[in-house]
Amino acid sequence: MLATEQSSRARRSGVDRTMVRVAEKTRVAEDVVTLTLTAPDGGRLPDWTPGAHVDLTLEGGLTRQYSLCGDRWAPSSYRVGVLLEPTGRGGSRHVHEQLEPGHLLGLGGPRNNFPLVPAGSYLFVAGGIGITPILPMIAQAELLGADWRLLYVGRRRSSMAFLDELSGHGDRVLVHPREEFGRLDLADALGRPRPGTPVYGCGPASLLTALEAACADWPARALHTERFVAAEHGAPVRTTPFEVELHRSRRRVAVAPDVSVLEALAAAGVEVLSSCRQGTCGTCETTVLAGVPDHRDSLLDDDERAAGDCMYPCVSRSLSDRLVLDL
Amino acid sequence: MTLAPSPALSPPIEDVDPFSHEVLEDPLPMHERLREAGPLVYLSRYDVFAVARYAEVHAALVDWQEFESGAGVGLSNFRTEEPWRPPSLLLEADPPRHDAPRRVLSRVLGPRALRQLHDRWTADADQLVDQVLSAGTEFDAVPTLSEAFPLRVFPDAVGLGPEGREHLLPYGDHAFNAFGPDNDLVAKGAPHVAELSGWVGEQCRRESLSADGFGAAIWAAADRGEITPQQAPFVVRSLLTAGVDTTVHALSAIVHAFATNPDQWSRLVADPALARVAFDEAIRLESPVQTFFRTTTTDVRIGDTVVPAGRKVLMFLAAANRDPRRWTDPDRFDLSRDPSGHVGFGMGLHQCVGQHVARLEAEAVLTALARRVRTIELTGTPRRHHNNTLRAWASVPVRFTVA
Repeated sequence: MLATEQSSRARRSGVDRTMVRVAEKTRVAEDVVTLTLTAPDGGRLPDWTPGAHVDLTLEGGLTRQYSLCGDRWAPSSYRVGVLLEPTGRGGSRHVHEQLEPGHLLGLGGPRNNFPLVPAGSYLFVAGGIGITPILPMIAQAELLGADWRLLYVGRRRSSMAFLDELSGHGDRVLVHPREEFGRLDLADALGRPRPGTPVYGCGPASLLTALEAACADWPARALHTERFVAAEHGAPVRTTPFEVELHRSRRRVAVAPDVSVLEALAAAGVEVLSSCRQGTCGTCETTVLAGVPDHRDSLLDDDERAAGDCMYPCVSRSLSDRLVLDL
Repeated sequence: MTLAPSPALSPPIEDVDPFSHEVLEDPLPMHERLREAGPLVYLSRYDVFAVARYAEVHAALVDWQEFESGAGVGLSNFRTEEPWRPPSLLLEADPPRHDAPRRVLSRVLGPRALRQLHDRWTADADQLVDQVLSAGTEFDAVPTLSEAFPLRVFPDAVGLGPEGREHLLPYGDHAFNAFGPDNDLVAKGAPHVAELSGWVGEQCRRESLSADGFGAAIWAAADRGEITPQQAPFVVRSLLTAGVDTTVHALSAIVHAFATNPDQWSRLVADPALARVAFDEAIRLESPVQTFFRTTTTDVRIGDTVVPAGRKVLMFLAAANRDPRRWTDPDRFDLSRDPSGHVGFGMGLHQCVGQHVARLEAEAVLTALARRVRTIELTGTPRRHHNNTLRAWASVPVRFTVA
């Protein structure tokens, strides 16, 4: 009797929002490529706001976070920029050397720990690849008619991505390659503290530390920064099945790599109420009693993730062999 | 006035008035007719397009790029007509202006923020149900349960003072009428708008709100710069507009659904964990919020028709929630169904930000009822309350038998 609902469930699970396909890979500067990502079925991807990042799971279960730097008015693609870091842990090398159009990547998020607050004017400071989250912020500031300036520092001009996209903004943008001009005096470049003007900074730790010092006299909470800290998962993302133990109903359900926890539960006759099925609405929140969830939602902040006491089974999975849920 | 669409691309033309008392009394036949007429219909009476099938309603709801809310989500087009009050920063806004207020309110009302209310509301529901049952087992469920519980817990949770709470329901009722045409339902509320709006505006001020409620949490976000101090009162206003009537009507819908489906009540009594599913199944079936409009930002193809930019599109959420293309036996209230994916709370960017609050209230009431009540039956003919947007009961007379 549930034929229609079951077939529509199959249809929905076809709308897989935990994978994206690499549609394009483009070299945009020395050691920087952009990836254009689309849903495997070409449909809409989850909505995002400027400052948001996604988790991409690369080959071998490596998960890396990348800021979205495309156009949110284009609902079926994401763009991320990736800097080759030869001394990194291999994620960027994999993207640069092996990833090709057509490849599938695991998707988590989008999440936004770096949201743009409402203001009449903004100061943006980007270092190197830290320009990526700033690009959609600039688009937004333009749209709102806000006053804004960008200080964009880098090693040398040829290593600085998106200069062409920024060139239309005239003297709002200060491009500062160190090889040409030496070190930028940030405090001088920022000017006097201006109440009501948030400062958004993204880039290497050295730049952000300098920025914090330069903003010492600015109002509290004026400075917003995002540091790229490699996510330290206890283990790489699983590519093997895991088991979900249902504490209240005393049952165990195996979850294969290609189905969501929600789908595995439904197939076992355990209905968990859900709505968006993309980790954004929060309807399917489930209490975790034991085990380590692999969070892929857009809802929990870092502290809530670390607490590990709840998860959204429409997209989130398990890092441990076993998850015990309060179901 | 715009001309009717050109014949070559013309969708089926319907002259029904979705906001007439006849339709508001029982909209189901109209829903079926519009759904079966095609993926898109044209409502000649109001010169608007409409979608009534699940797929098209869902598609329009999630596509904020092509279907904007900033021109108003009622019949009135804010680009050409003056809104009756300053537009909502949430419901009647689009990205990018929508982002910050939505982010703040989602966190204030998020599932994790509500965890601390769970125990309190469960106790409140137990207490209310005990109180009601000790006074008698035959009563009108609308004032006695559906209105009583939200009015008991929600204004406290927001942090409102004790005075004037009786304004909440009429204010919400008028706001939801105002999404429709300027008919007698709107005229009925008009003389009270100034007084109601004045009271609501007063409650949204920081000084009027207790230190520990949702309202204070919104003002705290303004202190952190996440929204502006000018935005804060309007975000509070959204809570007061959309947080009470909708839940009241949802609770009435549940009581009515169980009173007319006694086998399903037995299932809930046997397994109170079904309360969450029961609530969403009732929302699917009744769709307390029946309709919202969007406005096309560009030429948009729906079915075989290209809807030109700048046109109002009426989305029948209620019709989508009973579309047989999506739901098996859609008119049945069935706790074994998975109601996930219904559009009773909308979908996408504007999906009801208070849905977790509503679920928590309903879960508390249903769990309390399931603990005490063995059967629910109607003792008279329930009576509808007409609203341009909401599907509501004015009266649901019931008899409970108690364990």
